[in-house]
Amino acid sequence: MFGFLSLDLLLIAAVAWLVIGVAGLLAPGNTRFIAQLLFPVGAAIGIGVGLIGIAALGAPAETAVLAIGLPDLPFHLRLDNLSAVFALLLGFASAGISVYSAGYFREGKGTAPGLLCVEYHLFLASMLMVLLADDAYAFMVAWECMALSSFFLVTTDHRHDEIRRAGFLYLLIAHIGAIGILLCFGVMTGGAGDYRFAAMRAMELTPAWSSAAFLLALAGFGAKAGLVPLHVWLPEAHPAAPSPVSALMSGVMLKTAIYGLLRVSFDLVHTTIWWWGVVALAVGLATALFGVLYSTVQSDMKRLLAYSSIENIGLIAVGIGLTLVFHAYRMEALAALALTAVLYHCLAHAGFKSLLFLCTGSVLHATKERSLGKLGGLIHRMPWVAWLALAGIIAGAGLPPLSGFVSEWLLLQGFLFSPSLPHPWLNMIVPVAAALVVLVAALAGFAMVKFYGIIFLGQMREPALKDAHDAGPWEKAGLVWLTLVTVLLGVLPSPVILRLDAATRQLLGAGLADTLREQGWWMLAPISAERASYEPLLVLATIAVVLMVTRWLVRALYHGRVRRGSPWDCGYHFEGPRAQDTAEGFSQPIRRIFEPMFRMERHFPAARDKQPYYSVKVEDHFWHWCYLPIARLANSISAMIVALQGGRIAVYLMYSFITLLLLLLVARP
Amino acid sequence: MSSIPFSAQLINLFAAAILLLGFAMLAQRRNLALVNLFAFQGLCLCLATLTTAISTGQTHLFYSAGLTLALKVVALPWILYRLVRQLNVGGEAEALINIPTTMLVGIVLVMIAFNVALPISELSQTITRGTLGIALAVVMLAFLMMITRQKAISQVVGFLSMENGLFLAATSATYGMPMVVELGIALDVLVGMIILGVFFFQIRDQFDSLDIRHMEKLKDN
Repeated sequence: MFGFLSLDLLLIAAVAWLVIGVAGLLAPGNTRFIAQLLFPVGAAIGIGVGLIGIAALGAPAETAVLAIGLPDLPFHLRLDNLSAVFALLLGFASAGISVYSAGYFREGKGTAPGLLCVEYHLFLASMLMVLLADDAYAFMVAWECMALSSFFLVTTDHRHDEIRRAGFLYLLIAHIGAIGILLCFGVMTGGAGDYRFAAMRAMELTPAWSSAAFLLALAGFGAKAGLVPLHVWLPEAHPAAPSPVSALMSGVMLKTAIYGLLRVSFDLVHTTIWWWGVVALAVGLATALFGVLYSTVQSDMKRLLAYSSIENIGLIAVGIGLTLVFHAYRMEALAALALTAVLYHCLAHAGFKSLLFLCTGSVLHATKERSLGKLGGLIHRMPWVAWLALAGIIAGAGLPPLSGFVSEWLLLQGFLFSPSLPHPWLNMIVPVAAALVVLVAALAGFAMVKFYGIIFLGQMREPALKDAHDAGPWEKAGLVWLTLVTVLLGVLPSPVILRLDAATRQLLGAGLADTLREQGWWMLAPISAERASYEPLLVLATIAVVLMVTRWLVRALYHGRVRRGSPWDCGYHFEGPRAQDTAEGFSQPIRRIFEPMFRMERHFPAARDKQPYYSVKVEDHFWHWCYLPIARLANSISAMIVALQGGRIAVYLMYSFITLLLLLLVARP
Repeated sequence: MSSIPFSAQLINLFAAAILLLGFAMLAQRRNLALVNLFAFQGLCLCLATLTTAISTGQTHLFYSAGLTLALKVVALPWILYRLVRQLNVGGEAEALINIPTTMLVGIVLVMIAFNVALPISELSQTITRGTLGIALAVVMLAFLMMITRQKAISQVVGFLSMENGLFLAATSATYGMPMVVELGIALDVLVGMIILGVFFFQIRDQFDSLDIRHMEKLKDN
């Protein structure tokens, strides 16, 4: 491409992002300059990154050594098919989010726009570097840059106590994860001290050490991705962050963790042991089920989406687990099917979850309200946002013909082939897992219906909502772009999977391309057309035809014959918009059915209450099971240690003296 | 005893004097006299190093001896004198533990030091190896002095005396450290002394006294 390697172009893109960020510091207070010039340029670079990613798929891997880094420890870079998939995800998703941000960030409290611009573009550039890194040192540097820049983005509105707390929690868990990743790299060098990925690929580890590396990677990257029990930062950080940042973190940053997990478990470690897959499957299922259940009972729209992100990451982890199981038994065609589902779900989720988070941003700007209980009926005031959000909702609920359905369908296809596994226990476990995945998909539909129905449909619950305005042109452009991505991923899966084939072929040596090429681009049949096939355009056409016919029938038969009168009010005279189903009421059946899964504090009105009210607070069990005991332990240990600090210099000197004496006596030759 | 050469006997004599001065410092209550004792200790150290240099012909030990003379016999005692005069703290210094008890603890420490140093000095080939135990004992006595004194100035003298002990240990075990290291340490001690001098004035301004018990308030709760 113009004499440049794709890797060079990506590097130029990363540097360009950094330059744009620094350019924001030239006029840190000039919102117009930063928002309407720098962010759109950043979006253009994003599209460039996406296109380079597409071009690099199927091309041979490219490597480079950068001159920067420590002496004798330069940065090694490598662009292969796996990096390319995630680079295209990063590019296309960030393009939409950057365009949206051009209209979103405005003057106000919190971080100055110039600083925000630096943090935002540093975040993008460091995510790109994570994908390109080819040695542990470069990887960790980029990874930490990513964590820090996103921490500052989360705490944009740092004047609020709770936002600072959320940011701290995020940073804490990010660093616990980073320790896991660092240890994982340490294990994979096998003690040879060579931290290049090429050396790790060449290293032959014993099964025990390979397992240690895999488990450390699962924990380390899981902390970033939001796998149970290290998920607690997501529902805190996402509501705290500005909406484009939430979109970027949920849509793209979580995927870099998935990238890392795939890189370690399929590329850097050679051996694959079947129980790794079972572990990933179990953790993924727990995460998915937990995430979706909690997302159904939230009454804050961004929290709901955050838990839904946890659920999607769980589904991705389930896919990785299934891939590992198939890969361990050398059933590479099926492993490729599961891995394609994983990659496809990464792409789909990046599209629709960014879209939904951006929609919450528009709603938040228009209404200043995050609580579902105070929204409603916004489709009348914000038709653009409402209709574009509908695309995200359909994809998020996993309904045809949009992107979420394709990946979930592929994943379930993978499960359907599991009876051929040569292991009796697995043959029993895996169908149960498949059933749970279906349950998760159904509950995800419930959560999405709740999100959409409460915000956009019905009547306005508050009079102030009448002043809500639709999104501005920049915001609309960003939303339309992401909707387009979601729709295209939904209706044209075959061309995308033909591209993804290069990545699965690199990792597993098998792909779906051969089967797909026999069938034509309109049809998706991963193994054979006789087993199962999906024709998205046909589904789309059917839906369109049914809708149009129905509309025509309604118009033809009932047009002009509608009578409007007041409905039967069941004997109540005072029914206003507040009498609609609330967010809490909508999810009450779920709370009732899955009661043991929640930690609830409920207050019911009593018959004699002067001011009766009902409230329900749902808390995360993991706080009380894992985190609070650890916090209490740390507190009590600190209290013991603080007793050493008497404030007397003589006593402090005595400590050193006694230590010296003991060491002299113990270490006597 | 006749098997020990004269120079080694001389070195042992000076080392013994250093140890004795260490005990004297532990027993001395007056700050001004403490500075005098410190200067004497530095002088003994200088002479011991000089003797070693002459008997072994190690040229860099001459420089070390000169450095010791300049720094520990002249410069530091002079600075300390001025500080004591300016701060007007020449008088009685209260100890946390009474003097006889301190001396008894000091004797125990000397025994431990000799016990610990014995196997090391057997490995050493130097002419000065017998003084390693003394050096360790001086370090410990200085440490003890830092612990038991309440005035900041006597703690600084204890710190400097500890450095003397370390220097003696380095000379006796390996004929001194490389010149660069010695120069670095000398500079550190000098700079540290100046900074502590500044601190004395700050502490006195803050608390109207150099008594370190006042600093107990500084801990965070």
